[in-house]
This record gives sequence, structure tokens and C-alpha cells, in this order.
Amino acid sequence: MIKEHVDIDDIIERHPGKPESLIFLLQDIQAAYNYISPEAMTLVCDHIGVPLTQAYAVATFYQSFSLEPKGEHEIRVCLGTACHLKGAPRIVSELERRLGIKPGETTKDLKYSLDTVNCLGACALAPVSVVDNEYQPNTTTPKLVRLLDKMVSE
Amino acid sequence: MAQSQLAEQENGMRIQSIEALDALRQDILAHQDPKRPILIVCHGTGCLANGSPKVSDALRKAIAKAGFQAKVMPGIKTTGCHGFCSRGPLVIIKPAGLFYQQVKAGDAEEIVNTTLIKGDPVERLLYRDPNTKEPIPLEKEIPFYKHQQRVILRNIGKVDPTDIHDTIAAGGYQALAKTLTTFSPEEVISVVEKSGLRGRGGAGFPTGRKWRSAVAAKQKRGGPVYLVCNGDEGDPGAFMDRTIMEGDPHAVLEGMIIGAYALGCNQGFIYVRAEYPIAIKHLIIAMDQARAMGLLGQNILGTGFNFDIQINRGAGAFVCGESTALFTSIEGRAGEPRPKYVRSVEEGLWGKPTVLNNVETWANVPIIIEKGADWYNQIGVPNSTGTKVFSLVGKVNNVGLVEVPMGIPLGKIVEKIGGGVPGGEPFKAVQTGGPSGGCIPYALKEVAVDFDSLTKAGSMMGSGGMIVMDRRDCVVDVARYFLKFLEEESCGKCLPCRLGITRMREMLDTFSQGRGNKQDLDDLMGLAEAIQDGSLCALGGSAPNPVLTTVKYFKDEYLVHIEQQRCPAGVCKDLITYHIDSEKCTGCMVCARNCPQKCISGERKNPHQIEAETCIRCGICMDSCKFEAVQVS
Repeated sequence: MIKEHVDIDDIIERHPGKPESLIFLLQDIQAAYNYISPEAMTLVCDHIGVPLTQAYAVATFYQSFSLEPKGEHEIRVCLGTACHLKGAPRIVSELERRLGIKPGETTKDLKYSLDTVNCLGACALAPVSVVDNEYQPNTTTPKLVRLLDKMVSE
Repeated sequence: MAQSQLAEQENGMRIQSIEALDALRQDILAHQDPKRPILIVCHGTGCLANGSPKVSDALRKAIAKAGFQAKVMPGIKTTGCHGFCSRGPLVIIKPAGLFYQQVKAGDAEEIVNTTLIKGDPVERLLYRDPNTKEPIPLEKEIPFYKHQQRVILRNIGKVDPTDIHDTIAAGGYQALAKTLTTFSPEEVISVVEKSGLRGRGGAGFPTGRKWRSAVAAKQKRGGPVYLVCNGDEGDPGAFMDRTIMEGDPHAVLEGMIIGAYALGCNQGFIYVRAEYPIAIKHLIIAMDQARAMGLLGQNILGTGFNFDIQINRGAGAFVCGESTALFTSIEGRAGEPRPKYVRSVEEGLWGKPTVLNNVETWANVPIIIEKGADWYNQIGVPNSTGTKVFSLVGKVNNVGLVEVPMGIPLGKIVEKIGGGVPGGEPFKAVQTGGPSGGCIPYALKEVAVDFDSLTKAGSMMGSGGMIVMDRRDCVVDVARYFLKFLEEESCGKCLPCRLGITRMREMLDTFSQGRGNKQDLDDLMGLAEAIQDGSLCALGGSAPNPVLTTVKYFKDEYLVHIEQQRCPAGVCKDLITYHIDSEKCTGCMVCARNCPQKCISGERKNPHQIEAETCIRCGICMDSCKFEAVQVS
């Protein structure tokens, strides 16, 4: 998804220069740019007085941070227990095959990112996926493939 | 809310005293017309994903178009989750309580014309008894709701969570007022102790005792005490806490403020999972409104008591639901747990005494204060008092959120409230307690759902996920699923969890690929024990549970995988083949079109065949067939 430009200094200034601001800052940067660049990381560390190693430890520990730019379209497939029972793994393997990437990766042309999520808590809609922030209730592989084809043609 | 705003203007926005809170409530109630029709549209995550915003917009337009007189103008209210998610989007029409299911935007005009103007129900939107096919018009008569006891969920689906006036009218913050006027902090702790409330996050530790220890630690060590609400609901298949935060955020805040008064605490934290954006939004709105009205922050209700709350968003790590990992995450570091030689009530957040309770636990506190410990401990069974909210999901007809008194038989939840398994056969097992829990077989369907009975059965209450499995679900696959989940979520700090879970998963891989032997099964049990004993925190300590319970109750199914290289449920990919039932196949060609390997052949209107050698067993043909002609053997 294309994000509006936000000035990184504005984000940094939102939070007090204390070590406990680290996760807040990374979250805001991730939300604004879809990933955390090395430059952004340095600015954050200077602001809160935390070594780069520690900031990278945090950024790589939590799933919601990405150090690589994400694709134009983000596909997230829920792998909660209910979705698992209703065939979500089959959906993931077909997407892997089609896009040629594993969950957590982005296609070379920066068009698609594929991710899995542990549970969205929308179990009544299982199997559920989220494409560009829009929920797809009762996802089937053919339905998702049609949606991808539509994106390509747009 | 123009009327009550008047009352506020007279006093300023802040409510300065207990009496003013009561006056405001009376004022809101006096200006409500109990006969005015209100259309309640569910805006819980499930209904939102199913398109309920379009429904509320269409209803709003249809009402405007119908040209009602101002006096009888019907209202629209959007609320949190009603629980009956598999029937969404839901619309309830008050005051009668008419229940419309699977409503689409296109139904709006008919609802307005038929129900609001003529006063008749729209028949086709009513819920029907699955057996008799008779319509059941009223929400309270529907079996899914009839067998529940909604105490914690009482306001969810009734109040607009983004308007504090609605919560106050429904009795919100009355318990806080009672606490501040009639109880000493010590008395609050006594009431909570006497109620028998146990933590709803999974372990079931007595809440009152936890609070008392924290007060003792505070007296001994001096300095601040912190209070934390754990909203990092990570168990897959569980969404009780999300629903409470989204649908009745003030109940959580009120519980925390009462707790803070009891503990002499001035700063609280709510740690919410990143995957729950609406919960975060509603909590922030609720906190802003509560602060503006003097119910949170400085000088609460004019009594001189100060307490404020900060929200921390999780960043996608299951282990952060563990209390000590959650603390390190709030402190801004990678969420790794620490050994618990010293308990959190003595050294928690920033090394200070800290009370951590789960969302549902905090939401229990106001009603206990309001109605008393004796009223509360009458609900449930002696060692597990009160109600518990469960998310009932998987292979069950009525998927959704249910609240029942503790001690209710498991089978009653699945069969009476859940309406049983689609197709009418008995369920195979119910998985409770998430990745730390276990699978309870149909043979134990009379087991009482309370903390101690579930633990005795080898599972646990956990946070309240209940996943129903039928005969087409493979226990080896489910156990492998949870191990894979925990393998990825293990923080890696201690060896038994980091390597042990991976090794267990590898052993289950061999079973599901037909490469296992019987010795592996024994080794698996030995390894499970070592992981239970040696892990640093509960993530590793409880990780073997899904394997242990499935081996205990479904050993035969494991043996069939090992000895006959067969998966009876037809799930394990390496042990199955797909074929087409020529009698059921209509030759519609949908499977052939969708097959990525192009290994399905056949003429239009003639039965198709799958070429086994090229088939990669992706299952797309089975998922796309409308006639159940694609089968597994």
C-alpha cells in the first residue's frame, strides 16, 4: 500500500527521549513507511539513547516490524486454530507456489507481500484472510486467486 | 445527548462528586423514551468484516427517506459484538428485541417499511430453528442465547462503546462510586477475596490473594505499585478479551480504577495485541471520555484519588502474554520472560510490585463490588465461582462468543448452545486452553468446565478458546499445528523450549509422513516430560500438553499413522490421495479449471478423474467442488 509521506522528525518528536519509547517509535515508523530503514533506526537510537544493537534486537524479535520494504499489496492469511482446521494451510501453500515467495517475504517486483497471522479472532469467518486491510471472510484458494488476478489487471 | 450535555455544562465537564454521577445517570434515563424504536447494528469485528457498516449506513438512509416525525424518529446504535458471529451481520430492534440475521444493505428499506412502519417482522431475516425450521423472532428465545448467563457480556451489544453516557445510563461507574464512598481499600480486597474470583487469563490464580500480596510487598519495600491489564490475547481461536475491550471498554477501566484504589496505585497499563485495532481505538476513546468527566486521572469523582492508564500496543509476539515477558515489553525491550524466583507482585514492572490481571478478570471486578461477594459466589461451583466467557469455534453450527456459569458440562456448551457439529454427528474432541491446553474427547463430554476439572482431564481452562473438532480433523495434525505455532513463538531464551519443541514437532512430522516407529512415541513422552520440567516459563512448560492429551485419548489414531501409514481423518498430506466420486460428480469442470497441476480430466457433464501421479495434493479441487464429489482416501 502506498502511504502518505510523513516527516520522520515529526514521528520522533512524538515520544519522549527515553528507552521505553523504543517500541512506540518503531510502531509509528512501521505504520508510516511500512518498514524501518537503517536511517530511521539511527535517528530513533540517537533520540532515546539506546544502542543500535538493542534496537535491532527489538525490531527482529517482534513480528510486526519489517526491515525490508513491503509490497504494494499485503496479503495476510490467518493461521488460527479454526482457520487451520478449515483449510488455511492449503491456501498458504498455493499462494507460496503462485507468488514464488514464503510467508514474511515480498515479491521481487515489490508488488505483493505474503504474511501469516496467528489469529485474527474472526473465527466465525474461517478461513479468513486480509488483503490490503480488507477482510476476506470464508476465503478459498480460487477466490483469493481471482482477487490477485484482478489486482494484476488493474 | 443534548439533554445530558446541559447537565454537564452546569457542572463543567467533570463530575465532581458521587451525587453528581447519580444525577447525571438519572438525567440521561429521564430523557430516554423506552418506547422509541432503536435499531442496534452489531459492529463487532466479525460483523464488520461481513459488511455491517454498509448495513448501518443503508438503515440510516432508509430512515431519513421514510420521513418519520421527529417525535418518533427511530434511532440507530452501533455496538460491540453480540456473540452470534456465524449469523452476522446482526440487527436487533428494540424495545421488542426482534433479531434479524445475515442482514444486507439491500434489506434496509424493507426493515424500515415492514417493521418500523407497519410493525411486522421481516420473515426471511428471522432466525429459524435448525430442526423444526420454525422462526424464532426474539433474541432472548434463540437457543444460542437462552442457555447462556450473560454477566460480563451484559452490556455488550446494548451500549454504544464510544459514548460514555450510554455506559453510565446502563449502570457503569456505579461500582466505582460505591467503592470510593463506602469501602476502605482493605475492604475492597476482602470482597474480591470472598467472591472467589480467579484469574481469567489461564492459570486461575485467586485475584484477591494476588492483590493482598502486592499490598504487603508495597508496605515492605515502599515506592510505587503498578497495575497491568493483560490484553495480549494470543491464543489462536480465542477472542473474548477483544470483544470485551471493543464492546464494553469502560468495564475494564472501572475494574482497574477500583483495583488501583484497593492497591494504592496511581499508574496502570493496558497491553493490547497489535492485531486488535478496534479494541485499541475504543479503549482510547473510553479513556479520553472518562478523563474528561473526572472518572480517570486526577482527583477522581472529587475524592482526591489519582489514577491514570497508559496503553501499550503489542508488536506481534505470543510470549508477551506471559507476565514477565509482558513487563519487559512495556519497558521497551524484546519480550523475554525471566525466572520467577521472585514473584511479580514483589518485583514486576521496573522492579516494582506489580499486579497483572487479564481483561476479563478486571471486567469482573465492578459487578462483584456492585452486587457483593455473596451474590457472585453463588454463580458457578465452589472452587470456580462466577461465569466464564468462551469463544466457541471450529466444527460447530453456532460459532461465536458464549458466557456460561463455571462448572457447566462441556457437552452442553457444544450441543445446546453451539447446536452441535454440522451434519449432526457427535463431536470428536474439543480443544480448550489454546497451545497450552489439550483435546478433550467426546467420551468426556460430561466433564465440568471449571479450572480444576479441566486440569484433571489433562487440559486447562486457558483464556477460553474452545475449538470443536469432528471426525475429519486429525489429532496428530492438530498437535503438530500447536507445536509448530509454539516453535515459532518460543523466544529462544531457554534450551528445553527452544530445541525441545522443535524436536517434538520433527517427531510428529515423521508420524504424519508415515515414517514414524513405535519407539518414537515413547521417546516423545520422555521429551515432553523434560520440556515440562525444564522450561523457564509457562510457554514451554505447557507446550507438550496438546501432544500429551491427544496421545492419552487418541493413541489408536497415532498408531494407525505409525503402523499402517494411514491418516483416518484424511488430513495428513503424505498419507492421502484425492479421487472423484463418479456418482456425485456432475462434470461442471470447476475443479479442472482451478487445478494448478492441470491433472484433472473429463468431458463437460461427465464424471472427471484425477491423475494421481501428477497430483500435488493441494486440495483446491476439494475446496472448489460444490457437490462433495472430491474425496480423500
